Amino acid sequence: MTALINTKNLQDHDGFYADLLDTHAGLSEQNSHALNAQLILVLANHIGDRQVLREALSLARQNFG
Amino acid sequence: MAYSYQPYPFVSPPGLTAPESRHKVVIVGAGPIGLAAALELAIYGVASTVLDDNNVVSVGSRAICWSKRALEILDRIGIGARCVKKGVTWKVGRTHHRDREVFSFDLLPEAGHKMPAFVNLQQYYVEEYLIEAVQANPLVDVRFNNKVTNVAQNDDCAVVEIETPDGAYTLESEFVIACDGANSPVRNMLGLEFEGELFEERFLIADIEMQADTPSERWFWFEPTFHPGQSALLHKQPDNIYRIDLQLGWDADPDKERRSENVIPRIEKVVGHGDFRIDWVSVYTFQCRRLRDFVHGRVIFAGDSAHIVSPFGARGGNSGLQDVDALGWRLAAVLDGRAPARILDDYNAERTYGADENLVNSSRATKFMTPADGIERLFRDQVLALAGKAPFARNWVNSGRLSVPCVYPTIADDVTVLPRVSRPGSVAPDAPLGDGWLSEILGRRVVLLALGCKVPEMSGVVTVSSEITGYLRDRYLGAESVAIYLIRPDQIVAARWSYLDPAAISNAVGNIWRNE
Repeated sequence: MTALINTKNLQDHDGFYADLLDTHAGLSEQNSHALNAQLILVLANHIGDRQVLREALSLARQNFG
Repeated sequence: MAYSYQPYPFVSPPGLTAPESRHKVVIVGAGPIGLAAALELAIYGVASTVLDDNNVVSVGSRAICWSKRALEILDRIGIGARCVKKGVTWKVGRTHHRDREVFSFDLLPEAGHKMPAFVNLQQYYVEEYLIEAVQANPLVDVRFNNKVTNVAQNDDCAVVEIETPDGAYTLESEFVIACDGANSPVRNMLGLEFEGELFEERFLIADIEMQADTPSERWFWFEPTFHPGQSALLHKQPDNIYRIDLQLGWDADPDKERRSENVIPRIEKVVGHGDFRIDWVSVYTFQCRRLRDFVHGRVIFAGDSAHIVSPFGARGGNSGLQDVDALGWRLAAVLDGRAPARILDDYNAERTYGADENLVNSSRATKFMTPADGIERLFRDQVLALAGKAPFARNWVNSGRLSVPCVYPTIADDVTVLPRVSRPGSVAPDAPLGDGWLSEILGRRVVLLALGCKVPEMSGVVTVSSEITGYLRDRYLGAESVAIYLIRPDQIVAARWSYLDPAAISNAVGNIWRNE
């Protein structure tokens, strides 16, 4: 039993993906990295559950060695 | 005004003319930890001899920031009120990024505690007060200009070799407490080494004297324009002395940075003028390291000789005093046969745990203050950027998490519906009691605090009852109508119940003393 939701949980995936890219529009690669860092912090605070976050970090890290 | 150093006289020790009878405790180092240890042991009737290779108090302010718990410990040995009176009590911290204040915090003094959250006071004053107290105490023999040159131990005792201006002599002692600082010669004599991290980061500390209207606050800057790309701290001490910490980077040459012609221009940029006097300058390297074990047979380590952390967070002097707190009553009990020597394992377990908590906090703060290039710096900078627009992100801004006592892990009896703040392993929270304070009544002995019930007389335990005040309800009862707390001589809650169970109490008392 995992705490992290691994199945579809977002309405309108494609819409969010477009919003994500739009948010980065016109930014340098360096600023995009900075924005992503802030975004991670904002979302982590919103999630507010260390176990979910641990599993999310671990999932993201998979296959990076 | 500058502190006036008064050398303490060297007195030719008796051991130079005839062998001294075996000592109970020899303490190496007359710094705050060694002196506090001597006074703590004296509370329990144990005599000790303190040896120091020097004859003046701390040169430079060094440890300046004393936490509530440290002040309570100093209070128990008689100098707490004096430290608070002389010190600068502060509670507001302001954190800046570049030249903008990102946020401030207020360590709101919680009502109903005898001691404030933090007091800034130069280490030399704390040592001066402690030396006065030990000199007035017939159980403490402090010997200046007595340099320990070797420590060995056999089945019967520890053997300490000492050099003085009048010659060398040897002492035998049942125990040695090494409070001889970060570079502990005793640690080297025993062939022991620190384990842990050394950060490639150097800081300049300067104490300056100036007339200023600065409020009693802690000011921290990340990347201020007056010190580009680095961090800086300004903290007020008594006598118009201000502590300034400036990050220098690893390439800095410590000898060069210490010179006035280099220090003065840096300070001028911080304070915006040149109207100040430099009182003391030092350059240090960040380290987060400790001994694997603090007890080695008859030689016990306490304070910086056992563990060192980077200084932001006030975890050096304060954690050393907590070592003393955890050691004194146990060592006294071993010496007079009330407890087996294995009780010292509890000191080791608790204080290595406390040291690890400090090391983790200190390493995290160091990483935030001095991030490596790349992703560490990216996240650090973005936390600071986000903190300006989103209050929740301020919690990530780490300029040092200020020292609070750890809660020792324990499997003792607990009733979890009682307030979390007083769970077993915690320092029993203070509260007003009658005309005084609970913290004055606890300590030095094992106490059974009985609230809302009567408990029968039990051997080895002093019972304290009180009418239930609002503070006691909040800190000890919560929604329960009965609470019984077993509290150790160092004011740590040993176990607690919401009902009377004499057998459980008796068992828990035995556990305190490690009687099986």
